[in-house]
Amino acid sequence: MKIFRSVSVLILLLFSATCTRVENKLKIAGSTTVLPIVQAAAEVYMEQHPQVSISVRGGGSSIGIKSIIGRIVDLGSASRQINEREMKLIAAQEKNLQAFPIARDALTIIVHPDNPVLNLTTGQLRLIYTGELHNWQQLGGPNLTIIPISRDVSSGSFEVFNHFILDSLSVASGAMVLASNNAVATTVSYTPGAIGYVGYGYAHEQVKIITLDGIRPQAESIISGDYPLSRQLYIYTPDKPEQLASDFIAFLLSEEGQNIVTQQGFIKLHQTEPANE
Amino acid sequence: MNKFKETSFKSVTYLASLFTIVFLFAIILSIFYEGIPIFKHVSLIKFLTSPSWHPTHFPPDFGILSLIAGSFLVTLGALIISIPLGLGSAIYISELAGPTSKEILKPVIELLASIPSVVYGLFGMAFLSPLLIKIFHVPTGLNIFSASIILGIMVVPIISSMSEDALSTVPKSLREASLALGANKWETIIRVVVPAAKSGIFSSIILGFGRAIGETMVVLMVAGGAAQIPKGLFQPVRPMPAAIAAEMGETVIGSPHFHALYGISIILFTVTFISILITEFIVHRRKK
Amino acid sequence: MISRRKISSFLGVNLLRLFIVITAIFLLVFLYVIFSRGGKLLSWSFLTESPRRFMTEGGIFPAIVGTFWLTVLSISFALPLGVLTAIFLTSYARPPWLVRIVRVAINTLAGVPSIIYGLFGLTVFVRMLHFDVSILSGSLTLGILALPVIINASEEALRSVPRDFREASLALGATERQTIIKILLPTALPNILTGTIISIGRVAGETAPILFTAATFYTRVLPSSVMDEVMALPYHIYALLTEGSHGAKQLPIAYGTAVVLMALVLLVSTLAIIIRFRIRKKRKW
Repeated sequence: MKIFRSVSVLILLLFSATCTRVENKLKIAGSTTVLPIVQAAAEVYMEQHPQVSISVRGGGSSIGIKSIIGRIVDLGSASRQINEREMKLIAAQEKNLQAFPIARDALTIIVHPDNPVLNLTTGQLRLIYTGELHNWQQLGGPNLTIIPISRDVSSGSFEVFNHFILDSLSVASGAMVLASNNAVATTVSYTPGAIGYVGYGYAHEQVKIITLDGIRPQAESIISGDYPLSRQLYIYTPDKPEQLASDFIAFLLSEEGQNIVTQQGFIKLHQTEPANE
Repeated sequence: MNKFKETSFKSVTYLASLFTIVFLFAIILSIFYEGIPIFKHVSLIKFLTSPSWHPTHFPPDFGILSLIAGSFLVTLGALIISIPLGLGSAIYISELAGPTSKEILKPVIELLASIPSVVYGLFGMAFLSPLLIKIFHVPTGLNIFSASIILGIMVVPIISSMSEDALSTVPKSLREASLALGANKWETIIRVVVPAAKSGIFSSIILGFGRAIGETMVVLMVAGGAAQIPKGLFQPVRPMPAAIAAEMGETVIGSPHFHALYGISIILFTVTFISILITEFIVHRRKK
Repeated sequence: MISRRKISSFLGVNLLRLFIVITAIFLLVFLYVIFSRGGKLLSWSFLTESPRRFMTEGGIFPAIVGTFWLTVLSISFALPLGVLTAIFLTSYARPPWLVRIVRVAINTLAGVPSIIYGLFGLTVFVRMLHFDVSILSGSLTLGILALPVIINASEEALRSVPRDFREASLALGATERQTIIKILLPTALPNILTGTIISIGRVAGETAPILFTAATFYTRVLPSSVMDEVMALPYHIYALLTEGSHGAKQLPIAYGTAVVLMALVLLVSTLAIIIRFRIRKKRKW
């Protein structure tokens, strides 16, 4: 029985050691595209405000919006605007939301660094994803099977891609479907024939960005909207957010916050006043 | 007073064991409760036989044949690897190994069983998959083949430890009789010991099957995620648990897609439940 | 002249050896890859610091603490239930039809895929009971998953207590309850503990059940109540591989986390094996 006593004492000790009481909690969930920005901002914010505890979870844009409608979290992130179905839900529950764009992004088309193809048209991209183009040779590249990589059908990125590129045609069933931006980028980086689309911040050195309709995704073309797959990233709050939630959004929109956006590879907003919805 | 203590203690143990039944029913009820509504949108036959999985399209397609095919192919591949390796190790440990190597091999295989599946997934995703592309020049490293290898290795300890149990219950006299009749060690193993333990070996394989078809993290990370009926060994597939794990996070709760994912879990549960009943049946018959 | 029988025997035995060797080689490659890539990250600060610089530096302390709590709470939920059920199965076990159903239930619970546990937790704990994504939801889900392991181990432990012990106790006038509490349980305790330790390894390594019920990508502050979401070691590995925008820099941390998780699980399982080995040696009956 001695063992028991010492074990329970140990557990109690550990419990008291790990239970640091924190007053201010902020739960954030949502888009995996927005995740790196929010995570980095949370890190810096907590360093400046040690009494604050922030939990950042992914899940996806739908989860972010759904959770904020259900008030399960304090902030919900999304890589798209609220869609019709969600509008209906909000109307039904009489719970208003506020949307804050916090960064600009573009779905960036990436291929393996050794792939010589430099540009695709929107039409070619559609043909690749619907399975009508099979080989890079058909696009002036090497004799290599095209491995299209798509995202899960309910992700915000897929919705944007679906809307602008696929025109609601189905993705070929042979296309790989991966659960997140990072998985897509990593897989493209070591798969010679692969092509994928990711948030701008995920297009790192190990992959090659290709231009779409001759336009390269970069700050100017994304802000002007010339790049076809430009979009904004949003944080949603209840219509009357808690003080801490407002403070955190203010931080994201401050110069310091916007620098974090750039640091994570995304594009600054260049406008600081929140657009209400 | 004492009588009261007796009865109440007894009741508590009964209550506790009822909980196991309650939990099981809660699990079954919860997946059926959330899964049945999908059949308002699609018939069961179409759900099971259509290979087209486009749950968010307008109109959506809720056919899971390609997911079922993915699950079964990956599981089949895993069994092709794990049956010889697992059974081979079991026979070796039980029949051929000396006491010392037995003492070492048995715990090692047990340790193998405790490796978390996400670590196997990490190995498959970050090491095996790039390696396959380099060596075999396959178009993609996340496919049936790589998922089968990883799953197969995961199942080895299950098949091995259960088969070993079955082999060790074969009476010594049987082996001695066979050897005395002039059969050599190998002939004794193949003609006498293995047949005598065949029901135990069979249930270990069924158990391995159940484990492989229900395993989530490995297929989520390594199988490639394409909802298709594959045409080759090196093609990506989307087994049922991978579809549930990947899509549940992002679907809107209460949507037809959400219910469809629970519908998949009903199918998955049914398959594993049947495999459990088969082992139950075998064990029960053997006891008689 | 070598007979065909001898050749086939030779080939057969060596085939078995080959199978063992293949398994061993794979295991060694596997362990080498994980430990060689993750081992160099191990340091005191890796174990005691929070992630820093956008998940590309720092440690995994919150994930260790999260896994600790999930494991402790789920086991403390499953252990009493499991032991009581095992007592029912070994000491009372009436009526037979109830025993049969309970057994089928246990075996089925043991075989239910872990992702289905996740869905169940999502439906019942997260949504129906409004525990949300929290340590509580995750621990309850994991606890039910661990239950069959604990029941089976406890039952085996109780059965291994020699019949004489029980009969002697009853003959001396002790009641059934007294016999169980004073004789059977203490004798079986070490073996029950071994089984529990094994289930700890299982619970600590599960990812799918906590995917929707407990796990979060990033927090720095440690949980202050059971209603908090937590980081957990297995989910952290998955998250580092799939989320976050610095894939190449996150990968080594994922390997490092894998080493910590494996060390934890292997340590715990080895402990169980050693305890069991020593008990078997000590036993005089």
